Amino acid sequence: MNDWIPIARVDDIPVLGSRCVQREKGLDVAVFRNDRDEVFALLDRCPHKGGPLSQGIVFGKHVACPMHNWTIGLDSGCAKEPDEGCTPRFAVKVEDGVVHLDAHELATQATDLTRPVAGPQRRATDPHAPPLRGSLPPEGEQAGLARPGATASVPA
Amino acid sequence: MDMRLPPSQRLKLVMVGNGMAGVRTLEELLKIAPELYDITVFGAEPHPNYNRILLSPVLAGEQTLDEIVLNDWAWYQEHGITLHAGKTVTEVDRVKRTVRASDGQCGVIEAPYDRLIMATGSNPFMLPIPGRDLQGVLAYRDIADTQAMIDAATQYKHAIVIGGGLLGLEAANGLMKRGMTVSVVHVAPWLMERQLDDVAGKLLQQSLEQRGMRFLMGAQTQELVGEDTGREDGDGPPSKGRVRAIRFKDGTELPADLVVMAVGIRPNTALAESMNLHVNKGIVVSDTLQTVTDPRIYAVGECAAHRGIAYGLVAPLFEQGKVLATHLAEFGIGRYLGSLTSTKLKVTGIDLFSAGNFMGGEHTEEIVMSDPSGGVYKKLVIQGDKLVGACLYGDTVDGSWYFKLLRDGRSVADIRDRLMFGQNFSVSNIGDVGHQGHSKAAAMADSDEVCGCNGVTKGSICKAIKDKGLFTLEEVRKHTKASASCGSCTGLVEQILMFTAGGDYSATPKLKAMCACTDHGHQAVRDAIRDSKLLSIGAVFEGLGWRTPNGCATCRPAVNYYLISTWPKEAKDDPQSRFINERAHANIQKDGTYSVIPRMWGGETTADELRRIADAVDKYKIPTVKVTGGQRIDLLGVKKEDLQNVWKDIGMPSGHAYAKALRTVKTCVGSEWCRMGTQDSTQMGKDLERAMWRMYAPHKVKFAVSGCPRNCAEAGIKDVGIIGVDSGWEMYVAGNGGIKTEVAEFFTKLKTAEEVLEYTGAFMQLYRLEGWYLERTVHYVNRVGLDYVKKKILDDAEGRKALWEQLQFALDGEPDPWFEHQKAAVDTRQFIPIQAVSLEGSAA
Repeated sequence: MNDWIPIARVDDIPVLGSRCVQREKGLDVAVFRNDRDEVFALLDRCPHKGGPLSQGIVFGKHVACPMHNWTIGLDSGCAKEPDEGCTPRFAVKVEDGVVHLDAHELATQATDLTRPVAGPQRRATDPHAPPLRGSLPPEGEQAGLARPGATASVPA
Repeated sequence: MDMRLPPSQRLKLVMVGNGMAGVRTLEELLKIAPELYDITVFGAEPHPNYNRILLSPVLAGEQTLDEIVLNDWAWYQEHGITLHAGKTVTEVDRVKRTVRASDGQCGVIEAPYDRLIMATGSNPFMLPIPGRDLQGVLAYRDIADTQAMIDAATQYKHAIVIGGGLLGLEAANGLMKRGMTVSVVHVAPWLMERQLDDVAGKLLQQSLEQRGMRFLMGAQTQELVGEDTGREDGDGPPSKGRVRAIRFKDGTELPADLVVMAVGIRPNTALAESMNLHVNKGIVVSDTLQTVTDPRIYAVGECAAHRGIAYGLVAPLFEQGKVLATHLAEFGIGRYLGSLTSTKLKVTGIDLFSAGNFMGGEHTEEIVMSDPSGGVYKKLVIQGDKLVGACLYGDTVDGSWYFKLLRDGRSVADIRDRLMFGQNFSVSNIGDVGHQGHSKAAAMADSDEVCGCNGVTKGSICKAIKDKGLFTLEEVRKHTKASASCGSCTGLVEQILMFTAGGDYSATPKLKAMCACTDHGHQAVRDAIRDSKLLSIGAVFEGLGWRTPNGCATCRPAVNYYLISTWPKEAKDDPQSRFINERAHANIQKDGTYSVIPRMWGGETTADELRRIADAVDKYKIPTVKVTGGQRIDLLGVKKEDLQNVWKDIGMPSGHAYAKALRTVKTCVGSEWCRMGTQDSTQMGKDLERAMWRMYAPHKVKFAVSGCPRNCAEAGIKDVGIIGVDSGWEMYVAGNGGIKTEVAEFFTKLKTAEEVLEYTGAFMQLYRLEGWYLERTVHYVNRVGLDYVKKKILDDAEGRKALWEQLQFALDGEPDPWFEHQKAAVDTRQFIPIQAVSLEGSAA
C-alpha cells in the first residue's frame, strides 16, 4: 500500500528540469520532468561522488550529473555503461497534474546517505588531509600582532 | 510490457564474413537497434571474431591467440546471432535472396536475407611463380597462417619472407624472434616504399640488419624449388614436397624451409563478382556503404571500394561500420566521407610514422632533418601553407600532432620555422607534455600516471585496451576516464593506443561529430544555424536530423550558445540547455553548495563593498572567503536557497565567474600610482570590462592590462593581454594560463584606448561567431591560423568596425542575471526547495 502525498503540480517543475524535495531526514529527493511530461524521482545523489543530480541537464530519460558528467537513467537510477552504480529510486504517481510521492518511502528510504563534505569542515574531519603548516598560532599567542579589539594597532 | 518483436517477425540480416569490420558493424547496430534483425553470420575461419592486427605480436610471442579474441562464442549467443564459423559462402541468389554455404565436406547451409552485408575482407596476393603451392609456402593473413609459421619455427631453420612492406617485416620480425634465420626479399629499392621515403626506408633496413635480419633488395624471385619426393611416394597421387630453396632471376639460390609471401592484399571480391555486383578495386559502395548494384546489399571493410579506395586499416573500417549501422537501423543519416590514414610499424623498439603525401613531388616543398648515426630522420612535406605529408623515423613523438595538422588542413605559415621541432616548440614555449614532463609514452613505466585529473596510470590504460578490445580515443576515454576531463594527456593516450592496439588505430575520420546524437560537426551546425536562420534548439535538431529527441548534455549547451551568439535578440536562450553554473549563475561545489564571485571592475573595490561582503558572510554563515587569482573575492559554500539574497545583500554585479563568458579583467596599478607605470592600466581594464561584461563566448574569456612592459598583470597568458608602453598599447591574443600554458601571440600595437576597445571587441566578436563551443581562443586561433585573424581584424578596417558594432549591439541591454531574473531567463523556482509535508495523518 502506498501512502501518497501531493508534492507539487507537474507544471511547477521546469520542462527538462527538476525540483528538490526536502525531507525531515536524509538528502533531498530530486523530482525530474522531461519533455514528454514524464516525472521521475531519484535520491538527489550521484552514485559516483555524491553530486546533486537535480542540478544536471535532463535529456530523454537521462540526467547528466553536474559533477563529472555521468549519465544516470531517470527510470532506473543507474549509471550508463561503462560506469557503474545506482542511486535509489522513489515511487511517483501523477494524478490530475499533481505529483505524488510515497510518504513512507520519503521517511525511510536511503536516509543514511550523505553528500561529500567540503570547506573548513572537511579539513577538520578528513583524516587524510595534510597537517596545516605555516598557519598562525591561535589568537593571542603571537606577540606583536594586532588582535581585533586591541587598541594600539598602528604598525611601525 | 515487452514491446520487442518476436525473432520470427524480425527482418533477416545475413553477413558474409566474420572479421573485424563486419562484427564491429553488428556491435554498432545492436547498440542502436537491438531488436530489429534476426542476424546470421558466415565466417570461413573456424574462429570467433579476433583482432587480426595483433597477429604480429602473437607471431613474435608477445601475446597468445586467446588474448586477441574480440568477441568470444558467448557473445554471439548472448545477442542471438547465428554464427556459422568455418563455413564458406559459395553462392548468393539475389533473386531468391538466399545465401548458400558449405563446410568443405558435405553439409550445405542456406539462409534467406532481407538485407545482406558483404564483409569478405581481402586475400593475400600470391606471386604467380612456380612452386607457390609447395608445402611451407604461406601467406600471412589469418590464425591458420600464423599457427603454421609458429609450428614451422620449431622444426625448421631458414625462412624467407617475400615482401618488405609492413606485413612482411612484421612476419620477418616474428619468425626471427622464434629463432629462425630470416631473409627478406624485396623487389623495390627500399623497404616499405608505400609508407616511407628512401632515406627512412634505409634507416629502417640498417636497424633491422643490426638485429640480424637479412635483406635482398631489388631481387626478383624466379621460382620456389621443392624437395624431390615423387620417387619415394610410389604410385600414389604425386604429393607436393616441401619447399627447399628460392631461386632468383639471376640464377642464385638461397635455402628456404619456409616462405612467407607478403606482397600485398587484394579485396576478396570473388563472391561479389559471381553475384554480378559492380566491382572495381573492391565492391563499389556509396557513402552509405550500399552497393551500387543492389540496394539490399551493403559492403563494409577491406572488400569495399569507397570513392575508389579500399581501406586496409582498422579505424576507417570501423568508421564505415558505424555509418552502415545507422542505415541498417533505418536512421538513415550517416555518411562515410573517406578517411586519411597513417602508418606505424608494430616491431617493438622501432619507431616510424608516416602519413599523407610523404614522398612530396611537384608543387611541394620539404623540410628535412636527418641524423643518420643518431637514427633519427624527419621529413615534412608542405604544399602552399599546409602540411600535406610527414615521414618520421626514430622519433615519432610528434606523429599524432603532425597528423592532426594534416587532417585539419590548418595553415602552418605562422609556425613553419618551428614546425620541424614539434609541438612543444611550435605551439607554445612550455606545455603540452604529460604530467611530470612525460611526452613519450613508451618510456613511461606502467605505474606512471598518465591522466592527472582522474588518476589513471599507463598500466591501467594498456590493460583496458587489451582486455576490452578498445581501438579509439573515445573508447579509452569512456572505459578508463583517461583524458576525459581536461584533455591535456590526449597525446599520451593516443601514443599508448598506438603501441598497445597497434599502429593501425591512428587513422581518423575527416570530420568529428559533435556528439553521439548527430554526425554533424561543430562547423556544420554553426553554418546551418547561420545560413538557414535557425532560431531554436528544436529547429536545429529537426533541420539537421538529430538522432535523439532532445540531444544530450554535450550538444544542447553548444547548440544553445550557437543560437544566441549568431542571432542575438532573436534566438531565445534556453536555461535548461545550460550547464548548472550558467543556470544558477553561481559555481557548483563538490558538496552541492555554490560559490559567489561579484564583479570588481578592474580588480578595484571600496570599503563599502567590502563591508557589504563581510556582512553577507556573517549573515549567511558563508564558511570560506577567498581572494581569487583574477583579483576578485570568492564566497564559497553558499546554499542554493541563499543565492538570491546574497546577491541582493552584496549589491554588486555578477562576476560571471561561473560562465563561458568574460570573467576577470586583471590589471596592475598602472600610472595612477606606480612609479614605473607608463599607462593607466587600471582605467583601461575597467573600460574593457564595462564594455564587454555579460558577453557569452564559446568558452571562458580572461583579459589583463599591464601599465608597463614589466607586465605585473601577467597579460601574456590571457585571451587578450594589453601591455602599456610609452607610445601606446601592445595587444597580445590567444594566451592561456590553464591546462597547457600558452603564451599569447603579439597581435598589434595601438595608440589610443578607443583603439584598444575596438580591436579587442572585434577579436572577441570574431571568436564568438567562429569559435566552436568549449574552444578557447588559443585553440580557435590555432585552428584558423593567426594570419587569418590578422587579416580579419588588422587588414580589414571596415570589417573590424562592423564586428565591434555587432558585439556592442549584442551586448546592448543584456541583463545582469543576478538582478534582472526574468530578462535573463533565470528560473527562480530552482532556488525554492519543496517541503515534503510528512505530517502523519494530516497529509490528505
